[in-house]
Amino acid sequence: MGKFGYTISKGRQIDYESNDRSVAEYIYDNEPSFRLCIECGCCSATCTTGNLTKFSLRELQILIKRGENEHVQQNLKKCMLCGKCILVCPRGVNTRNVVILAKQAYQKSDNYAV
Amino acid sequence: MNIEGKKRIWSDYQKEIADDHFFYVRSCIRQSFFPGSEQFFLNLMRNILKKDVYENPAHTTCTGIAYHSDIVPSATIMTVIARHFALMKESGYKNIAISCVTSFGLYTEILETWKHFPKELEKTREYLFKATGREFDIPENIAHTSDIIYKFRDEIANKAKNTLVNKETGEPLRIVEHIGCHYAKMFPKSGVGGAEFPNVLSGMVEAWGGKVIDYPERRHCCGFGFRQYLVQANRGYSVSNTEKKFSSMKPFMPDMVLTNCPGCTMFMDKWQYTIKEMGGVTYGADGESVPVLTYEELAGLVLGDNPWDLGLQYHMVQSEPLLKKLGLEFDSTDKYKTKNGKQMPIPKNLINV
Amino acid sequence: MMNGYVVVIGGGVAGMEAAGQLAENGCLVTLLEKEDITGGHLNNWHHLFPDRRNGNEVIEYLHKHIEHDNITLLKNTIIDSVENSRNKFIIKTTLGKELNADAIVVATGFDLFRSERKEEYGYGIYDNVLTSADLENRFGTSDLSLKNGELPGRIGFVHCVGSRDEKAGNLYCSKLCCVTAVKQAIELKEYLPESNVFCFYMDMRMGGALYEELYMESQEKYGVNFIRGKVSEVGESFNNKLIVKVEDTLAGRPLKMELDMLVLMAGMEISEGSRKVGLALNLKTGENRFFASIDNHYGSNRSNIKGVFYAGSCTAPMNITETISHARAAVSEVMNYLKKC
Repeated sequence: MGKFGYTISKGRQIDYESNDRSVAEYIYDNEPSFRLCIECGCCSATCTTGNLTKFSLRELQILIKRGENEHVQQNLKKCMLCGKCILVCPRGVNTRNVVILAKQAYQKSDNYAV
Repeated sequence: MNIEGKKRIWSDYQKEIADDHFFYVRSCIRQSFFPGSEQFFLNLMRNILKKDVYENPAHTTCTGIAYHSDIVPSATIMTVIARHFALMKESGYKNIAISCVTSFGLYTEILETWKHFPKELEKTREYLFKATGREFDIPENIAHTSDIIYKFRDEIANKAKNTLVNKETGEPLRIVEHIGCHYAKMFPKSGVGGAEFPNVLSGMVEAWGGKVIDYPERRHCCGFGFRQYLVQANRGYSVSNTEKKFSSMKPFMPDMVLTNCPGCTMFMDKWQYTIKEMGGVTYGADGESVPVLTYEELAGLVLGDNPWDLGLQYHMVQSEPLLKKLGLEFDSTDKYKTKNGKQMPIPKNLINV
Repeated sequence: MMNGYVVVIGGGVAGMEAAGQLAENGCLVTLLEKEDITGGHLNNWHHLFPDRRNGNEVIEYLHKHIEHDNITLLKNTIIDSVENSRNKFIIKTTLGKELNADAIVVATGFDLFRSERKEEYGYGIYDNVLTSADLENRFGTSDLSLKNGELPGRIGFVHCVGSRDEKAGNLYCSKLCCVTAVKQAIELKEYLPESNVFCFYMDMRMGGALYEELYMESQEKYGVNFIRGKVSEVGESFNNKLIVKVEDTLAGRPLKMELDMLVLMAGMEISEGSRKVGLALNLKTGENRFFASIDNHYGSNRSNIKGVFYAGSCTAPMNITETISHARAAVSEVMNYLKKC
């Protein structure tokens, strides 16, 4: 659209209706403790990767629940699986398994597998 | 949708609108983009309703566009507005009728500022006196011209030659009403019906036989905003807002959009062209675009005025589909002729033609 | 041997409990209630948190408690004026009755915030927007259908409607709405197991015994979703669904969602009846418009007028357990006061 010099911006909203949440469903089925997350951020606070790169485990888990698959796929690989997050979670969520299951789900799915 | 709920809210936000003896202040852009509108208002008030509407030749722009673009500081704009009040005082008028919604928002904002910060009022008196030697009083009544037409909507309905009914189907016309942000969002009490479910335009539509459409993005800004579009690269934000509104109203199949703000009318009209050029998307039925009218133009159609005298041909989206639905007689070849019948150049890229 | 004449104003939970305790402690009590039935708001609560027991059971306990020879119950009675001379009160009702009292217990309770005042949520305008009280009534009649008769697939709860809100005129937290939302979310999932339930909260205030456990249960066992963000506006889509706009603050992005039904958690305000009683008795109110006790710690039942005591939610939002305790504390204060008279 050279002749206009601007384009219509894509909205930033999370569009709940059009998002695909099958990965979240897979994790709920295989790691029931995922339901207990209250998004307090204790996991992110202690996260090794999060301390040095732009990675937030808390945000990642929320975006899994909302179905924002693009962001999740780009960030999943940053987790080092060190397990510090499980030590501190006040609700007892097995956050490390959430990451592993998310990776599995994307591999298994036709839409997202690499 | 329960209309009783809305009526209860409207009764909470009843506004005092003066009856007569108005000091009229014009809009900067309306005369260029919607030429017939202000003329129609003056004709309606002076000749049909026999009211006294006075224009002072020394009144200027309120400088709202510059203020909202961070070019004019607030002390200056307060002095400009105070000067208008001084002109009112000199001509003996206490009621002001404001043509532009941004301007109306500014008058309201400045009066509220003076109420809460009397020192600012004193400073403004000083500045105005030093600059021009004039003195001013606070007006008794501030009304936007859409408030005035709202007030006289029943008189207009009684003289109506056309009602807002689709002559082919017999159904009331589906009209989307859009209120400018500066009308009531900052000070809900300054708008008829408040800010959530404003009544100023829906009252007019219903008095003239039409049906108001409520859609999810009704409250959303059209994207005008001044700073957003003055710089070309920022216009993407502007057009995205209008696109959001139109996408939201499309399933409701509106016949027209009615607005009371010059910027909103301009943008909702012109951006339909831009969006169509960018991606071929239109929002009316059968690939047409949706005509966007000011309230004076709509009142004019209701009273039976010639659409080309009202200036409808100067919109980007041409109104022929709407005029057909209203069952009006019109001749499209007359559009771009002068009063003497001379043919002027015909604009290219019009929509709905 | 009679210990004194006490008038209790308000026949809700606090008033009934106070009347019962006073009677058992040897006072002659007149219990005034402006409606035709006693029990106040508890009549509308189907199940009570935290253990979801039947509200009726508590009402039955209260009714039994006021079946005492020492208690005279006057229903449909509103106070007109009160004369206070040398710590004796003469209360005149609008029907012309005159009552003498040595002490008064004010138990005039609360009203729910009228959700029409939050225009942007469309209560009373859009179909399928309910308050928590409306929903509780629906549980009582087992009718959870939408206006068009179908059952909802997705239901949202909006916390803090009329509380913690400068625009609504109430800066305080109503304390009980969060746990009520969790309770009602669980009950909805039990009625409609296939539905999806979302709670839109600013903070989750689960500060009571077993509240946090209820919150965990709602997530773990029932799959209720919690999204942190206050709903800014509600619109109706073309197919009559409700579209909410909220910021998913913890994801840092705005969120748009379609819902079939929306439940507004209306806050608590001091009741309209309290205002009139307050004027008649010259009672002081706080900035939150509830009655102001003269001491926050050891005098929460004492008013600024000697001989007039407070019981229950006319002083602050409180749940039923706290209301009953507060009423019993009021009685303890009244008994000590009457001994000194």
